[in-house]
Amino acid sequence: MSDLRELYQQVILDHNRNPRNFKELPGAMRKVEGFNPLCGDHYTVFLNLDGDVIREVTFTGSGCAISKASASVMSSTVKGKSTEEANQLFDTFHSLVTGDTSTVDAGELGRLAAFSGVSEFPARVKCATLAWHTLRTALEGEQESITTE
Amino acid sequence: MSVLTQTAGPASTLDIETVRRDFPILRREVRGKRLVYLDNAATTQKPQAVIDRIVKYYAEENSNVHRGVHYLSEVATEAYEGARKIVKDFLNARDVKEIVFTRGTTESINLVAQSWGRRNIGAGDEVIISAIEHHSNIVPWQMICDEKGARLRIIPVNDQGELSLDEYEKMLGNRVKLVAIGHISNALGTVNPIRKMTELAHAAGAVVLIDGAQGVPHGVVDVRDIDCDFYAFSGHKVYAPTGVGVLYGKQALLQAMPPWQGGGDMILSVSFEKTTYNSLPYKFEAGTPNIEGVIGLGEALRYISGLGVANVAAWEHDLLLYATARLQEIEGLTIIGTAADKASVISFVLEGVHPHDIGTILDQEGIAVRTGHHCAQPLMMRFNVPATGRASFGLYNTREEADLLVEGLHKVIEVFR
Ligand SMILES: Cc1ncc(COP(=O)(O)O)c(C=O)c1O
Repeated sequence: MSDLRELYQQVILDHNRNPRNFKELPGAMRKVEGFNPLCGDHYTVFLNLDGDVIREVTFTGSGCAISKASASVMSSTVKGKSTEEANQLFDTFHSLVTGDTSTVDAGELGRLAAFSGVSEFPARVKCATLAWHTLRTALEGEQESITTE
Repeated sequence: MSVLTQTAGPASTLDIETVRRDFPILRREVRGKRLVYLDNAATTQKPQAVIDRIVKYYAEENSNVHRGVHYLSEVATEAYEGARKIVKDFLNARDVKEIVFTRGTTESINLVAQSWGRRNIGAGDEVIISAIEHHSNIVPWQMICDEKGARLRIIPVNDQGELSLDEYEKMLGNRVKLVAIGHISNALGTVNPIRKMTELAHAAGAVVLIDGAQGVPHGVVDVRDIDCDFYAFSGHKVYAPTGVGVLYGKQALLQAMPPWQGGGDMILSVSFEKTTYNSLPYKFEAGTPNIEGVIGLGEALRYISGLGVANVAAWEHDLLLYATARLQEIEGLTIIGTAADKASVISFVLEGVHPHDIGTILDQEGIAVRTGHHCAQPLMMRFNVPATGRASFGLYNTREEADLLVEGLHKVIEVFR
């Protein structure tokens, strides 16, 4: 069970049960859908920017505990950050969940560190990163939907 | 629950210890636990007899088929055509000419759509499928209907996962050219009344294709009794290798159909002015086929016949009833698909836990199940679930393994409590 407890940490279970910013954002500046065709995870990320600064991120949709908790933690973590800071955070998060920890500064991660267990479950990396990929696309402001395939 | 009202069928005499020993992979451990393989609807494991047969082919018989006058080519051709005879007998087809080897169910269906469909489906015509089809029995028909301006119609399904025969009968007007129906649903386990449905379609003048990907693994298939015009299945779902499948077609229909791929083997003579096509079934087997796959398929069917197809079905039916009853004891678990006539495929959802998480946690216990939409997205929408977990039982599974599944699901609940 130990690997499982590492994967399903309290923070993740909590955000899965009570996702933060889990709502539509009427009139959002950007709205992007993210799919994981393999398992049917499907989220929509809403984004409002103030110049280059992320003012608000919300999301709707459904998926597994890892993907939902990741979207929830992401939405609260990136608020107030610049586009560049958010992208950097995604890079760090990506390194964390793929097990490339040499470059990860734990201090920078805060609650995102709860996803460290994902690196032991390669099949779940896509779940953990789906919302982030979707957010990145929204920040780039070009497309309306992406998939993880 | 209608499933529980099903009575136990005739007792199976399967010698399960011997059967399990026939499948070497069942001896391996996964994540430190003995493998419990419950993903048979995705693909099945292979018995030693099939593995040995393929090794023997490469060690002693390898050659191209239908091409050489030399000894090995004769041996390989004999083995390849021998497998065709085995398939013909297995399906109770009339003639080996009716057995076309393909890459699998998907290719078999596409063959019919592209060859028969192109020629026989026109603007304003109708093709009927059902709400519980696998994507491979949806998309090829969408493609041909789009191309021809024909209409795709969908037989609705009730909350138990059974097709509405009343609605089906109403749809069967004179514009219907083809009915394409799954024998057994890979997502719900529903066994469709294909004999009756074929009879109704024929009365309306329509041709019938059965997607038998899940039919052949779970019971006796007699194409003459069903009277369908086409029947498609995949080797890998019946304990044979991947990359090989079968299209059964009634001879007169196949005869009238144009080839769909051109190349070697499917011709009698080629000149730049005119090519004469080969006779059945070679007209539809362009290029060097999957020889080892075909030979392996023959061996797999021989293996199942040795156990007795009805015997296997009885064994699996017992597993279905037992596993269904055990799963229903789990609080918060709902079985999706409770048709009165069901094969050993059980789809389920667990309250508050996404199937993907169930899959990961069971995997830690060495238990392999499928989680997701099972290539049946319209069906998932119909039942208003994004995905399900699915345990599908094969001939080597046991009641003890159903118990392990239930234990594993209790662990899932524990993690998420
Ligand atoms: C009912 C059904 N139809 C068609 C298919 C497609 O089979 P294959 O991928 O072997 O071509 C499958 C397999 O997933 C199936 O279960």
